[in-house]
Amino acid sequence: MRYLAIVCIFLLTTCSQRKGSIIIAGSTSIQPFIERVAERFTEENPGIQVNVQGGGSTAGIQATLNNTCHIGASSRNLKVSERGLKTYLMAVDGIAVIVHKDNLIDDLTIEQIQGIFSGIYEDWSEFGCTKGKIIPVTREEGSGTRGAFEDMIMGDQVISDACLVQDSNGAVREIIATTQQGIGYISVGLVDEREKALAIDGVEPTLANLITCRYGFTRPFLLLLLEEPTGEVKKFIEFVLSKEGQDILKSDGLISATEISND
Amino acid sequence: MKDKIAEKLLLVIAFSAIGSLLLITFFIFQQGIPLIFKIGLGNFFSMHWSPTRGQFGILSMIIGSLMVTVGALVVGIPFGLACAIYLAEFSSKMVQKTLKPIIELLAGIPSVVYGFIGIVILVPFIRTHFGGPGFSVLASSIILGIMILPTIVSISYDSLIAVPNTYREGSYALGATKWQTVVKLLIPAARSGIVASIILGMGRAIGETMAVIMVAGNALKIPHSILDSVRTLTSTIALELGYATGDHRAALFACGAFLFIIITILNIIAIRVTGRRE
Repeated sequence: MRYLAIVCIFLLTTCSQRKGSIIIAGSTSIQPFIERVAERFTEENPGIQVNVQGGGSTAGIQATLNNTCHIGASSRNLKVSERGLKTYLMAVDGIAVIVHKDNLIDDLTIEQIQGIFSGIYEDWSEFGCTKGKIIPVTREEGSGTRGAFEDMIMGDQVISDACLVQDSNGAVREIIATTQQGIGYISVGLVDEREKALAIDGVEPTLANLITCRYGFTRPFLLLLLEEPTGEVKKFIEFVLSKEGQDILKSDGLISATEISND
Repeated sequence: MKDKIAEKLLLVIAFSAIGSLLLITFFIFQQGIPLIFKIGLGNFFSMHWSPTRGQFGILSMIIGSLMVTVGALVVGIPFGLACAIYLAEFSSKMVQKTLKPIIELLAGIPSVVYGFIGIVILVPFIRTHFGGPGFSVLASSIILGIMILPTIVSISYDSLIAVPNTYREGSYALGATKWQTVVKLLIPAARSGIVASIILGMGRAIGETMAVIMVAGNALKIPHSILDSVRTLTSTIALELGYATGDHRAALFACGAFLFIIITILNIIAIRVTGRRE
């Protein structure tokens, strides 16, 4: 009998926890940022658990459409076949092309970057640097960041099979930070002092240039909902779009959605 | 009565294990095989892998898996065999009792730890001393070679120990030295067990994923030297499954089905080889 009581209490507590939980699924690029916002949100609303899952933009959109998560996260605009969801622009992210901090190059043109990733240029000496084989690092097929890079920078050029492939922003950054001849691309917000973000066609990926859209290699971070938000989900969306939520995102290197729309 | 219940319970558990294996097998093939028929074997075994553009060639990955596996065996067999022979024939009981558990402990280290050690120590070492990106066939082969050591050592050791002592005594009686006895008599006598250990090690090397993803670099191009980056079948599945949808996802299951067939064949060979001894 006593065991039964314990089991009941256990079930009740787990159920009540369930009630106040929000499941977010989607883009792995958005995941680390939304996790930080969610952390603060939970601090201020102790009853509500926010569960952030990865899976990728496409999976996030699908999960929202199938109603298997409360909020979907997508780091690309919706395709025509995916329309019909409510979307909220959470922030804007830039894609930075990065090299090792000791690399002498500061600036490349789009054509040069295309040439490096499509395998036309193979040695840094072709850019006036010390001799050394260029080691381009790309993301895996299907990744949202790769998709954005292909759309915005590669154009109709195809990323060469000779590029190293890593499956996260962090893994790409780690290789570039430790490899003198490396070149890769990650979210602007994730660039740290161990690597250098290149200017593209003379425009540096600084915050000012991102806000004014002079640095044009940006993509939207979208939150997706199946229908009008209510209850906890509504509260969370409002928190993300509030000044406090936006400030967290800004401090992590993203461009606040409000800043963009004000321009 | 209690006996009966226990027996039935164990039976159910045993069958649920087999049942889940069957379900997994069925699921992999059901998800993957239709795509192979849809795109044709020619496309599936072609050179170019670009699933979002409708190209599903896994040949470069098959070659990658093969290279890495052969590399692992080149590293693992000499060390593993030498270790097994030393433990079985030359070492004292004391050494045996300490070394064998330690080597078996290697099998318990999570593969991500091997991969991490590879990234932190091996990859930079290869890059600075041999050139290339460091993420290479060589790095993967060394890491995998160490990972298959426990399999090779323990099974080879067991089969060497299982050779009847009368063989050894007979050999010594004929005036053979210890080394001659090992090379001419014990290794041939324990051959089936040694071959089985190698095949099982090979199965582990082909199937290993995490450590390989971390040190192989995963470039799709077929490597021209052991210092080039390489992509294996398992890494492709693990790298891309997170984002894959539709045909891309099915293609990854098809890779899984292909791997499943290869590893099953290896295991059948291993069982056949060991079976012959009895």
